[in-house]
Amino acid sequence: MGSTLATAAAFAPVDQHYLLQARQMQALSFAVHIPLVAFGISFPVMVLFVEWLHVRSGDRVYLMIARRWTRVMVALFAVGVITGTVLSFEMGLLWPKFTGTFGSVFGLGFAIEGFSFFMEAIFIGIYVYGWGRLTPRAHLLTGIPIVITGFTGSWMVIAVNAWMNHPGGFRLVGGRAVDVDPFKALFANSYLWHELIHMYIAGYIVTGFIMAGVYAARRLRGCWGRYERVALTVPLTIAALASPVQVLVGDWAARTVAEKQPTKLAAIEGLYETTRGAPEHILGWYTDNQVKYGIRIPRLLSLLAFHRTNARVQGLQAVPANDRPPINIVRFAFQSMVGIGTLLAILGVVYLVVWIRRRSVPDSRLFYGAVVIAGPAAVVALISGWVVTEVGRQPWVVYRVMRTSAAVTGAHGIPVSYGLLAASYVVIACGLAWVLRRLAKAQLRLPGEPEADLGPDHQPA
Amino acid sequence: MLLQALPLVFVLTGVALYTVLAGADFGAGFWQLTAGSGEHAEMVREHAHESMAPVWEANHVWLIFVLTVFWTAYPGPFEAIFTTLAVPLFIALIGILFRGAAYALRAGASSLRESSAIDTIFSLSSIVTPFALGAVIGGIASDRVPPSGTGHMWSSWLNATSIFIGVLAVSNCAYLSAVYLAADAVGRGEDELESAFRNRALATGVIAGAVAFGGLFIIKADENHLFHALLSGEPLAAVIVSALAGVGTLALVWVRRFEAARYTAAVAVAAVILAWTLARWPTILPGLTIYQAAAGHDTLVWVVCAVLAGGAILFPSLALLFRLTVTGRFAAAEEAPPETVAGELPSFRTGLLARVAVALLVVGFGGLTVAEAGWAHTIGIVCLFGFVITGFAAIVPQAVSEDSAA
Repeated sequence: MGSTLATAAAFAPVDQHYLLQARQMQALSFAVHIPLVAFGISFPVMVLFVEWLHVRSGDRVYLMIARRWTRVMVALFAVGVITGTVLSFEMGLLWPKFTGTFGSVFGLGFAIEGFSFFMEAIFIGIYVYGWGRLTPRAHLLTGIPIVITGFTGSWMVIAVNAWMNHPGGFRLVGGRAVDVDPFKALFANSYLWHELIHMYIAGYIVTGFIMAGVYAARRLRGCWGRYERVALTVPLTIAALASPVQVLVGDWAARTVAEKQPTKLAAIEGLYETTRGAPEHILGWYTDNQVKYGIRIPRLLSLLAFHRTNARVQGLQAVPANDRPPINIVRFAFQSMVGIGTLLAILGVVYLVVWIRRRSVPDSRLFYGAVVIAGPAAVVALISGWVVTEVGRQPWVVYRVMRTSAAVTGAHGIPVSYGLLAASYVVIACGLAWVLRRLAKAQLRLPGEPEADLGPDHQPA
Repeated sequence: MLLQALPLVFVLTGVALYTVLAGADFGAGFWQLTAGSGEHAEMVREHAHESMAPVWEANHVWLIFVLTVFWTAYPGPFEAIFTTLAVPLFIALIGILFRGAAYALRAGASSLRESSAIDTIFSLSSIVTPFALGAVIGGIASDRVPPSGTGHMWSSWLNATSIFIGVLAVSNCAYLSAVYLAADAVGRGEDELESAFRNRALATGVIAGAVAFGGLFIIKADENHLFHALLSGEPLAAVIVSALAGVGTLALVWVRRFEAARYTAAVAVAAVILAWTLARWPTILPGLTIYQAAAGHDTLVWVVCAVLAGGAILFPSLALLFRLTVTGRFAAAEEAPPETVAGELPSFRTGLLARVAVALLVVGFGGLTVAEAGWAHTIGIVCLFGFVITGFAAIVPQAVSEDSAA
């Protein structure tokens, strides 16, 4: 890293008045795409599990759930395909200098991701249109590549992100990347694993709580049969088990950030001076080089970040002011993520404790109300987490190698494209909400059955 | 030298496949827009949608393949193209966005009015996108993208060559789509639709051919080297192959050999791309050769290996998808799914599993949170995943079983 640091000035800032708008446009595109990635990672597993229950037992309730979820899965995948395409275009439309300079270093990750995505699209096509046209066992098997590619795809993208946060596998000579070793850059990166696992588990939590929330809302409206019970239990159990685990994984991630990106940690905590036995501030606002109005817990930051109450924590003052990220955005996002994550973990533990004591799902309306809120809250936590990673890395696009201001396009019209993209997303979001409501209401007729009403709303309890 | 050229071969192969496969999807939008109204028009629309729905995502991904391989192997030209041609690329992107959304939305449409409104969005974006992408190709082909990326924001793609290639792309899409939809109608035994799309294929085939031929003079008038380079030596041979394949395709459509026609159409497209490549070789952008523009040795080796390995998995899968769609096994009349053997869910020893889960959680906490060493973290992570899986196995089979308390 020493050599790259020395040449960090090799990249001149681009003459672009609308850098902030470019960053916002990128952030918008990520925020739209990432919840769909969460579904892509975990939803096929849930669909296949329920289908497997049907293949094993022959019980038609499972078949109905699996088929209805498949329709949701394919609608979300279609939207994910296009929002993902937006991101790949933006690599060139917004950040051509970044891709042009380092495409040879990180591009391999996206090339492999492209193949994963390809396989995912092929097998989703086979899976969706193969319902009732393949034998049950063959059909179940065609779902397995969807699960695998959902994982490998996100693995590759996160490998690129981990490289941006902890770059390696190249040398800079005169503003060009030379001696490039893509394998070392992408896969031998010590920064990869916590990011990957944190995101992977987040995928299960987000999908689990959102899907459980749908059926919890139905229960609150007094609609509660076996269909709802099964469709609630499968995603909720996964989310309830995963959310306490995420607290431990998140703590590990924070310790890795403390070690490898001390400036990001200092921004997360609003710590200006390098301190031994640094305190933790909960809530509050960073101003005048300190956190005001927060709840101060002495020595906790040192303990959490380095497992020693008197450990030295590097403050923001260690780097020049123009090398610091925007503190309050990063802090606020971090506190939102941790706060929501903690509440979700508590909700998960409540569910598990009730199960252990009573061998049944909880009864209280309060619990189901909480589950309904938990889905959107998990999405907020997911996006907040990415804000911490991405905004916390600023002003760098490649940490301490290339500034975002040197990566941006010199082309005109960023505000226009930002406005058009935002308007398109609003239109598509309204359309998607309409479709998902339709799909939830539509009567599902299974092939080979007459007008048999298998709709969930009419299922005897 | 081969190493620097090989990724470009992959990229151009991807462009050819995208043109032929996704081109047919885009063309379906054209036919939906021009179907008119009435019962027959609805049949045409429905057929265009039904045929494309299973394959459009897979076809679309060729574009992602092209982009990712291109920016990995030739990052400098990628930067230049996306800076100069940002406007048409953004237009293509918005078109792709709405076209894909229309596929997703149509799943929820119940009335005719709803689905035809969605089809209109779909159709318009299906025409805008190939035009914009064709204009991008035209800008590159007529040397309007300098390696510095400082080409003109508008004239780089609003010029005679770009507009010609944009129009050619749209007519080509309509043609390819009509051929494909006719073939698909044969597979479904829909005679009326077959002849409807055969007529459309013949008409647009003649138009696309005329546009391609007339376009040569537009290129000539646009004053660049492309015209002379295309009509001499090896590129000329490829142009002739393309023209012959185009005529052959029309003949095959005439005699109702639609499946074979798809392959000859692909040959026609591939030959044009080959001609263009040969005419410029080894220039990628004005004054820049692919040898100068290519990434370093290790990156190229990795890309080539990744593409070959990926292709080895990809093509059999793609063949499976197309075999299922083309042989009509997807389109077969809805029949009852074969009955499953009713059996019991496997009974796990719940108490034991729950205890194992708790033990894994404790070990996971120790390994990941308390311990400092990397190997301990690995064990911790594995145990925590084990906790989720065993916990799930302990709870869910009992919770979902029929006799469980609601």
